[in-house]
Amino acid sequence: MKVAYWPGCVSRGFTPELHGSMAKVAPLLDIELVELDRACCTGAGVIAEHNQELADTLNARTFALAQQVDGAELMMNICSTCQGAQSECQERLDANAEYRSHVNETLAAEGLTYETGLTNKNFLWLLVEEIGLERLSAKVKHPLTNLKVGPFYGCYIVRPRDRLGIDAEHPRDHYLHQVIGALGGTVIEYAGMRKCCGFPIITMNKEASLKQAGRHLGDAVDADADCLVTPCPLCHLNLDFQQPIAESVVGRQLDMPILHLPQLVGLALGLDPKELGLNRHMVRPSSVIDWSTSVVGAAA
Amino acid sequence: MAETHKPPEQFTLRLRRFDPESGEAPYWDEHTIELEPHRSVLEGILQAKAAADGSIGIRCSCRAAICGSCGVRINGEPGLACHTHLDHARASAGADGVIEVEPMGNMPVIKDLIVDMDAVHWKKVQRVTPWLIAKQPVPEREYLVEKEAMVDITQSMACIQCGACVSDCLAMEVDPGFIGPAALAKAYRFVGDPRDDEQDVRLRDLAEDPQGIFDCTHCFKCVEACPKGVNPMGQIMRLRRIAIDDQKIVDKNNGQRHEATMVGLIKDYGLLHEAEMVPRSYGGNSWFGKFHPAAGKELLASLPVAIKGVLKGKINPKIAIFGHKIPAADLKNVQRIYDKVESRPERYELNLYITGYDEVDEETPVPVGTTATNGDDESPAAPDTEGSAA
Repeated sequence: MKVAYWPGCVSRGFTPELHGSMAKVAPLLDIELVELDRACCTGAGVIAEHNQELADTLNARTFALAQQVDGAELMMNICSTCQGAQSECQERLDANAEYRSHVNETLAAEGLTYETGLTNKNFLWLLVEEIGLERLSAKVKHPLTNLKVGPFYGCYIVRPRDRLGIDAEHPRDHYLHQVIGALGGTVIEYAGMRKCCGFPIITMNKEASLKQAGRHLGDAVDADADCLVTPCPLCHLNLDFQQPIAESVVGRQLDMPILHLPQLVGLALGLDPKELGLNRHMVRPSSVIDWSTSVVGAAA
Repeated sequence: MAETHKPPEQFTLRLRRFDPESGEAPYWDEHTIELEPHRSVLEGILQAKAAADGSIGIRCSCRAAICGSCGVRINGEPGLACHTHLDHARASAGADGVIEVEPMGNMPVIKDLIVDMDAVHWKKVQRVTPWLIAKQPVPEREYLVEKEAMVDITQSMACIQCGACVSDCLAMEVDPGFIGPAALAKAYRFVGDPRDDEQDVRLRDLAEDPQGIFDCTHCFKCVEACPKGVNPMGQIMRLRRIAIDDQKIVDKNNGQRHEATMVGLIKDYGLLHEAEMVPRSYGGNSWFGKFHPAAGKELLASLPVAIKGVLKGKINPKIAIFGHKIPAADLKNVQRIYDKVESRPERYELNLYITGYDEVDEETPVPVGTTATNGDDESPAAPDTEGSAA
């Protein structure tokens, strides 16, 4: 399937292994990525905090660019925070025709228009709803046997439920569980799996921010997880990049590898760990991969 | 109300019991009750209390979701016991179908399902001066204000002080001194009230407090928890917006600098220039921000991590120094949007709590790409009904 692909900023900046691994995994899942390289940052909720109309207009521009991608079935992102920020703007744009035309007036100078009703799915949602767990399972070459994976959902992709379309038919707040299972891994539940990683306040209250990250990582360690998987690069920054500092904040050793969702999928589909950029993480995923043989789960 | 005719059924409640004076640890206590499925969890608890164990502690009064007394956690989620149907609670229960009821979080337990609201919630509400400080001169008869201004604050007025948002606040979980969602929503009720005289004083106070408006971690927990649609996090974001953009408050917690940096970098680059986020959030939104002593201190603290990131190939030094940009023509358009929107005399905001949603006949998902060359597609545009903007 062809998708208008929004990678976000961080996946091309401080977590390049996310964008890179998505590019490797996509062809294996028959996903054709048409990158929206002309679009700008979603604002991650901060532009909306500053000026709602500005955030809505910038994101409407992205949506309009996605709607111009010929033959694409939907728009796909690989960042929970982007999903959350975009869904918030889209909710307002779709809710009110008068407001939408006001925003479109600003876009008109560029010849763009946002038409209501765009479908925008995070890679996680696309995996479950478009590709399907059975088809995903069928493509697995290296099942994640014996690998104990803790899902880390974070916030933006599970709350608020109504806006994100989470209901009994679409239990999107359980999709990481389902994907881990479909890849042959074992799901490890722990207290912090749907809590905040702390990233939004890292520059305002570093201690509280990293206490959140550190506690969730500690919970996962106590639950005996080998690694965590997250659909959000910002969560990845606090959980992986800042993990050494989080360790000192909570006063315990953590050593918890954090995988991006496409990396976990890629491992199961038979890709090489280095191809997926797993060697680029701050916390070396040595509990996930036996680097000498690259056999998934062998070290568990 | 066909539901009222459903016959009584058996439900099992698993209540979290705790009596601090007993010296015993908390424990679970199961009771089976019989009630019509549309009746509330509170009624179930009261039946267990009346029939089996009078010592079960639960606080309640109105039984109609007005007084805010019976806030509890049902199957792990905060809510009002009187406002949750037994059948709905059973549907969200675990595999055994037993409805679990626990006291709310972030507050000490007095007994069983009763938490100490005074020790946490009410103290925080007191903290934000929860009364009107009348604008001078006080008119002889009444203040005349715009209707929209008052409609705007009805959302925060809808709060019934049940503490559900406090219970689930993730910032408070790690930083118990955080003023928190309920009290800050209350603060907006006065900041947004045109009759109040101290908007600036209130905002400066809340912005400068290290546990004030910039301590909110934006997790949406309170939004989900609130049984009254108050959207406390949304109110906190509005407090930030007014503090930073109207009152021009530059706080010591980096709140203003963080926002200005992010908004500014996206205008300059189209994308986030991550390496500039930290120095500018501490040292001010300019390239020279990194030379400010506050930024220097923070950069020094982050240096070991940053070096490790570069060595691992995680951070590309070129991107760290120069950032990454969208194509020039697109950046120009992004900047044009900034200039147009930010030069408006007043911010244009859509509050869905007030306007509601347009009625759309049928949800017709529009595939992307249909605006381009998919000529054989039926027209994707759903008929736009008239905006119901108030």
